[in-house]
Amino acid sequence: MKKFFKGLKGSYLALILLFLYSPIAIMIAFSFNAGKSRAKWEGFSFKWYAELFKNEAIMDALRVTLTVAVIATVVSVILGTLGAIGIHACRKGWATALINLSYLPMTMPDIVTGVSLMMMFVFIKLDRGMFTMILAHITFDTPYVLFSVLPKLKQMDPNTYEAALDLGCRPMKAITKVIIPEISPGIVTGGLLALTMSLDDFVISYFTTDKAQNLSTLIYSAAKRGVKPDMYALSTIMFVTVLALLIVINKRSTLENIS
Amino acid sequence: MKRSFFSGPYALWMIMFTIFPIVFVALYAFQDNTGAFTIDNIARCFEGTYMKVLWRSVKLALECTALCVLLGYPCAYFLASKDFSKYKTLFVLILLPMWMNFLLRTYASMSLLERNGIINAIVTGLGFERWNMIGTEGAVLYGMVYNYLPFMVLPIHTSLKKMDQRVIEAAQDLGANPARVFLKVTLPLSMSGVISGITMVFMPSVTTFAISKLLGSGNFMLMGDVIENQYMVANDWSFGSSLSLFMTVLILISIGLLNRLDANKSERSDNW
Repeated sequence: MKKFFKGLKGSYLALILLFLYSPIAIMIAFSFNAGKSRAKWEGFSFKWYAELFKNEAIMDALRVTLTVAVIATVVSVILGTLGAIGIHACRKGWATALINLSYLPMTMPDIVTGVSLMMMFVFIKLDRGMFTMILAHITFDTPYVLFSVLPKLKQMDPNTYEAALDLGCRPMKAITKVIIPEISPGIVTGGLLALTMSLDDFVISYFTTDKAQNLSTLIYSAAKRGVKPDMYALSTIMFVTVLALLIVINKRSTLENIS
Repeated sequence: MKRSFFSGPYALWMIMFTIFPIVFVALYAFQDNTGAFTIDNIARCFEGTYMKVLWRSVKLALECTALCVLLGYPCAYFLASKDFSKYKTLFVLILLPMWMNFLLRTYASMSLLERNGIINAIVTGLGFERWNMIGTEGAVLYGMVYNYLPFMVLPIHTSLKKMDQRVIEAAQDLGANPARVFLKVTLPLSMSGVISGITMVFMPSVTTFAISKLLGSGNFMLMGDVIENQYMVANDWSFGSSLSLFMTVLILISIGLLNRLDANKSERSDNW
């Protein structure tokens, strides 16, 4: 009887996996199709991959996506970590105000964040392109870093920092030598979260850029014209990248649990 | 130097890029083209045409959220159960689509349903007529559920995992049958996860515009489409801002109501 129930649960999970993965599996399979068809197999080939790397627009979009993601992650990690250290040492009222302010971009619908930033950029006459996209990405990334670092600060023994000061350490050195190493798991988690958020975003990028296209906005304009298999190759590469990234994150978190 | 000063740059950034833009939305919402104060644009949000669009958006988002709870709860429950909790990879696989680019997910679901897609190849192969799925309400709903299901599974799974197993054992020892244990103990204790899940699914689906554009091929205007249209096509920022403000208030109210349902809401944020 027990085995029967386990089988039933297993088949339900298998169905969910089928639901989630059949569209992705079909895209990956047909990215290696020799023909243009998205339903009939016409032989194996790397043709679509070759075409992908020749396509200037897609390569540009890939560069924009990676540049924005990396810069936004680095800046938001610095801003968010400093912010968390500051908030942790603040008076209660000010800390609560800042934390509530940080919840705001996380609870506001993406489209509203997008249009509000767009209106501000147009108003201050900042040309919408890669730079404004980076500013927008930093804005929605930073709270994730902040909320990954804050719990680590709370877990920390406050006496270690005081001890470093008593032993003659300057505050700046005490922070880099005592606090930062202690909260580094939170910083790394926050950074990875920021990176994936930035790579995943479409709505906010769509409103905050005009000239520069990232992969999301490029796929959006391509998809409006219908499905084409050259996008399948791109999707396959991106899927494999995310899979690799997630395996690394997962390895890290299991290591954390052990230690 | 005091350590609290380190929050300065962060506070400044948040004021510049979160508070200021919101002020812009609020100012534009109460302005006409000439910049004079008016509430006409706010009043326009309540016109019949837009109320119909709002109703359609809310209806679709509620259907999507309900489907995600119905599909996602058992999924999270089984994953957290003794039989499957040891399979870490299975859990990662179910959450993986969440980290894949949002547009890629929509593109994937679009390629499955399209006219020359695999489903239609099977349908015509079996001798039936071609099935035009793109552009129907069902396709939009499918796209939403496909996109947001993992966002429901994760918080429910977290809340189930955090649960004190001894409480369940106590209920069993006191003679409750499995159904009763689930209804009286497990389900109420996992409500905080369900509520985070509902927020994570309902919010983006009620304001989406990409899914309705791509899978509904423009036949189904949702609130997100109307807002996008004001900025990208009609160039009516005042009305666009009014609609944005209207949607934000609506969402904040629904989040507030949801949080009231949640008895132990201090734990809610920990599910993420």
